[in-house]
Amino acid sequence: MTRSGWFWIAVGVIYFFVPLAATAEFSLKDGDSYSFAAYREIFDDPAFRDTFFLSLKLAVATIVVALLLFIPTVYWVHLRLPQFRPLVQFLCALPFVVPPIVLIVGLLYVYNYQWVPAKYLGSPYYLVPGYVVLGFPFMFFALDNAFRAIDVHTLTEASQSLGAGWIRTLWRVILPNVLTGALAGAFLTFALVMGEFTMASLALFNTFPTYINYIGQTKANPAAALTIISFGITWLALLGILLVGRRPGRAAVQVGGAR
Amino acid sequence: MKSVEISLITAFLGGALGFLIAYAALSPGAPRLLRPAFLTFSGVAANFGGVPLAFAFISTLGTVGLATRALDSMGLNPYDHGFTLFGFWGLVVTYLYFQIPLMIIIIAPAIDGLKAEWREAASNLGATSTQYWRYVGVPVLLPSILGSMVLLFGGSFAAYATAYALTSGHIPLVPLKIGELIGGNVLSDPHQAYALAFGMVIVIAVAMAIYFVLERRASRWRRTVQ
Repeated sequence: MTRSGWFWIAVGVIYFFVPLAATAEFSLKDGDSYSFAAYREIFDDPAFRDTFFLSLKLAVATIVVALLLFIPTVYWVHLRLPQFRPLVQFLCALPFVVPPIVLIVGLLYVYNYQWVPAKYLGSPYYLVPGYVVLGFPFMFFALDNAFRAIDVHTLTEASQSLGAGWIRTLWRVILPNVLTGALAGAFLTFALVMGEFTMASLALFNTFPTYINYIGQTKANPAAALTIISFGITWLALLGILLVGRRPGRAAVQVGGAR
Repeated sequence: MKSVEISLITAFLGGALGFLIAYAALSPGAPRLLRPAFLTFSGVAANFGGVPLAFAFISTLGTVGLATRALDSMGLNPYDHGFTLFGFWGLVVTYLYFQIPLMIIIIAPAIDGLKAEWREAASNLGATSTQYWRYVGVPVLLPSILGSMVLLFGGSFAAYATAYALTSGHIPLVPLKIGELIGGNVLSDPHQAYALAFGMVIVIAVAMAIYFVLERRASRWRRTVQ
């Protein structure tokens, strides 16, 4: 390899690690010495627990809704409606290019209608449909990859000739075969929801990312600690994808995240 | 509004740097271990955004950040030379943290498509490295590079949380303005927010149209390769 090649690799490594090292240093700083005081302060803060678990719950809800929506959809597109695949693909890629701020503007507009129950509007689950939409690209492409790797027709016919109905076929035959894709999509969606700030802050809910922002405006060192924690969550999600995606030809979609 | 400006600059810089790093780490001559490492780290960095990213850079290049102190001890305090993390160029540096890895991920397939045979053929015909890049490498890769830059443009055009946490609205960006208009107590004007949001959709639609044209050109080489 050439010397300029090594130079660019060094640039990349420095750009990646220096901010992390700086944040870690800052989070451990305690006056003139170092300690875990900032982390203790965060973990002792009840608001941390509340917002963290709220975001966890929202992430789980989003993943469940997205899987229920997408496994049958992608299955059906692959089985019966392959001519619609480009259209579905296009629709599912849209949230990747349409800015989240535009999505939330649209969502708030839809929620202005009378038929939306008031009780639902006050609940943080208000955010779940928006998150499901934001997660469209991750869920769809992860599942689409998985479905392309299996023979949907043969599996379905085999299952049905043995007497299984649609639900049973989906649950016992198709799902285990696309589990890698479903998990990859779930991990990406998880990372997305745990970091999503735009929608939560504009809809005035206190989720984990809005808590990070609040801490950032009031306390510097705990904010750095939270940044490290948040980075750890992203790492866990990506590691999860790598671990489930070990099988060859399963390059999961890895691009996205909340900005 | 500085949205288009900042998106163009970060798309160009992120695209250029990302491509150089990706080419160095993923080309056939690079050590094997670099490939999975770079793709994984890029995946993490590209997904790491929003508010925490802003704090990471405050810890690094803020007035008392680690890098600022290091540069200061070398007599090069960036704040003495007109740089501030909370201004335009600070935002550019911060956005590049997710733009560069995004570029690495998006451009990786195109670099893989660059056949080693082409380079061998070129050097067999007596081409120098410069000539190879001038007549083979760049023409083949250019549509992919430009197309990826369009995607990066979209990514930074849509960014809200990082800018919100970093600049608290000092730099006029369209998403921040929309946020003010629908969430603000004083300035609330949803209709103007709808108008701005629609404007963003139009900009993105134009960017996507450009992307599809470039993508078609890029796929021409992929078809002949397969």
